[in-house]
Amino acid sequence: MSVDILMPALSPTMEEGTLSKWLKKEGDTISSGDVIAEIETDKATMEVEAVDEGTLAKILVPAGTEGVKVNAVIAVLAEDGEDAGSVTAKKAPDSGPVPETEKKDETPASEGATAPDAPEVKVLSDPSIPEGTSFTETTVRDALRDAMAEEMRRDEDVFLMGEEVAQYQGAYKVSRELLQEFGDRRVVDTPITEHGFAGLGVGAAFAGLKPIVEFMTFNFAMQAIDQIVNSAAKTRYMSGGQMGCPIVFRGPNGAAARVGAQHSQDYSSWYGHIPGLKVVAPYDAADAKGLLKAAIRDPNPVIFLEHELLYGNSFPVPDLDDYVLPIGKAAIKRQGTDVTLVAHSRMVGFALEAAEKLAEQGIDAEVVDLRTIRPLDTDTIIESVKKTNRIVCCEEGWRFMGVGAEIAATVTAEAFDYLDAPPARVHQKDVPLPYAANLEALSLPNADDIVEAALKVCYVK
Amino acid sequence: MATKPKSSKKVPTKAGKDEILKYYRDMLLIRRFEEKAGQLYGMGKIAGFCHLYIGQEAVVTGVQACLKDGDQVITGYRDHGHMLACGLDPKGVMAELTGRSGGLSKGKGGSMHMFSKEKNFYGGHGIVGAQVPIGTGLGFANKYRGTDNVSVAYFGDGASNQGQVYESFNMASLWDLPVVYVIENNMYAMGTSVDRASAETELFKRGISFEIEGEEVDGMDVLAVREAGERAVKYARSGKGPYILEMKTYRYRGHSMSDPAKYRKREEVDDVRSHHDPIDGLKKHILEVGHADETELKKIDNEIKAIVKEAADFSLESPEPDPSELWTDVLKDAEVA
Repeated sequence: MSVDILMPALSPTMEEGTLSKWLKKEGDTISSGDVIAEIETDKATMEVEAVDEGTLAKILVPAGTEGVKVNAVIAVLAEDGEDAGSVTAKKAPDSGPVPETEKKDETPASEGATAPDAPEVKVLSDPSIPEGTSFTETTVRDALRDAMAEEMRRDEDVFLMGEEVAQYQGAYKVSRELLQEFGDRRVVDTPITEHGFAGLGVGAAFAGLKPIVEFMTFNFAMQAIDQIVNSAAKTRYMSGGQMGCPIVFRGPNGAAARVGAQHSQDYSSWYGHIPGLKVVAPYDAADAKGLLKAAIRDPNPVIFLEHELLYGNSFPVPDLDDYVLPIGKAAIKRQGTDVTLVAHSRMVGFALEAAEKLAEQGIDAEVVDLRTIRPLDTDTIIESVKKTNRIVCCEEGWRFMGVGAEIAATVTAEAFDYLDAPPARVHQKDVPLPYAANLEALSLPNADDIVEAALKVCYVK
Repeated sequence: MATKPKSSKKVPTKAGKDEILKYYRDMLLIRRFEEKAGQLYGMGKIAGFCHLYIGQEAVVTGVQACLKDGDQVITGYRDHGHMLACGLDPKGVMAELTGRSGGLSKGKGGSMHMFSKEKNFYGGHGIVGAQVPIGTGLGFANKYRGTDNVSVAYFGDGASNQGQVYESFNMASLWDLPVVYVIENNMYAMGTSVDRASAETELFKRGISFEIEGEEVDGMDVLAVREAGERAVKYARSGKGPYILEMKTYRYRGHSMSDPAKYRKREEVDDVRSHHDPIDGLKKHILEVGHADETELKKIDNEIKAIVKEAADFSLESPEPDPSELWTDVLKDAEVA
């Protein structure tokens, strides 16, 4: 049977090209791999290799022809035992423009189709804490530690790795005494090699283990961000659901105190941008514990953003055997009717402080603690705005394309008719964080900034 | 001028007739599959980036012959050959190349991103070198669980210059992880020859400062690959730690389909093809030793052609993924505790 030789596509974008030269002539014997012609694309001159074997029976597009469409028949090959003189092309040669009607027919089904709506995210409510439950004042540091210890006791596949997590007991003492309880098989000190151990953790998670990868700070995770985004977040999708990456990347995020620009950055919006990741950023100790336990059990990669300046703060934590909170659910930390203050991580503390100050001026603020950045609990935010008609989005990170920008856009789109003022944003100044004490203080957002923004949206100032 | 791979030399082999014929068959399947993929790309049926493995077949075929159930495999973007060598269905691989629902990733991964939990094939990674720490993590999991499985991380001479490779070497050696690093040195990282990119061109030496054993192997000779592979796998399996194999090999085609390969002379390609081809070399050995005659080999050729045709037909008949697939497989629902 004769074989049509078609004008090949030789790059992701090629639609036509010039058949510049034939290197074989009619009657020549051709083996697979022989270069039979040269084609000029818009980028380069490419050699066309034969795929099939046989005799070049007819050349249908002569050398020098320009504008030869991809897939046009350029020659016919006679296969073994076939008379080269009698073969014909199965498809009419076509080096001219494709007629409009034909073009329409060839439109792939995918073009013009509209994307189906995104599925709704179902989020559970917090478990109710039984009446009579006692609470223990616990630091955020110990709450995180307890969460890891409980999950490691519960599941042999959970292990912790990172710099100084074992013998040193954690650079910020978050992993204190874990080595003593679980041994060095499950509490693993790594070399200073973020890209490598983040990728190693991803591999262990692909194999079904449940790594907790601690970054000494998230500033250092930029060394590893390729593994987090390209390997951890995308592989489930790229594998059609076959693979999973049950891993937690955790560590302090955001500004510390006087450590300068390279050690003081909020990555909430960076990771919040990525489908395939969950991003959690708790404020108090109970949420830190309940959400870290949830993150460790989650079958997806979770970015768990802690805050160094909160580690030593104490909060009541319920004395329950297994306190697990749902990822994706915001919490109203203070009820109010006049303005909604949305915040996460350390900014929740400032928002609560601001609410007290606003109360002194007769303004009743509601404080929404996002707790999770992705998936964002827009329902809770919208419900609050419907009640207060005003919103201030607070974050420690930069304004440009920040978490506040996302919330402001969402509220504007979904609760426009309820808004009595444009959404306001409180954020770090648009500069690298300075070292000098006065400049650092000027750069970072605080409770007074929130008060001022709230007064503006309430048209008091 | 890049160094040529060593000429195929006769390696005394323990491989028996059946094994040798299997290697012939496996290599031929990769060769014919890739030729067909190139053809379908030319027809516009496969799009985007498509990196063919033609010329390098002996590497994956020989190494896979040394593995046992539960051993894991991971590689970069030139991955079709590895998938076939891991026993993945050619139909599913080809249909992924054409972006159809019958593809191994339901059409959502493409040429560079395919996986199989069942066959312990962990991808298919598009970022140069990223598979190396991940493969090291697979080895970490084996050690953590106390199995005697090894993971094999394949990467190219280009990837061998990435920093994360050395971060991985360090940890693998420090913790004696059962990982075999297979460097497929096909002499060109896209258009850059090894000597233009690497201060130390003998890549098997790249583990020296991490105390990792390494050796150079004629990657155009499947029996030599198997020999070295057995040494490496045995070493890693016994708990001694990682091992590096540098396979001197060659790709006949461009880096990807859109690469005109002007950085090397046609004669260089033709020389390797004529004198060092892994399939021709094994065929010669088979005929000389008398494991099969021309007729029997022709029969294998025809069987392979039929398999590849079936895969190509399937890849064109399988429908595009349903639009609802747009939203699936981003996250797995968390089980409520």
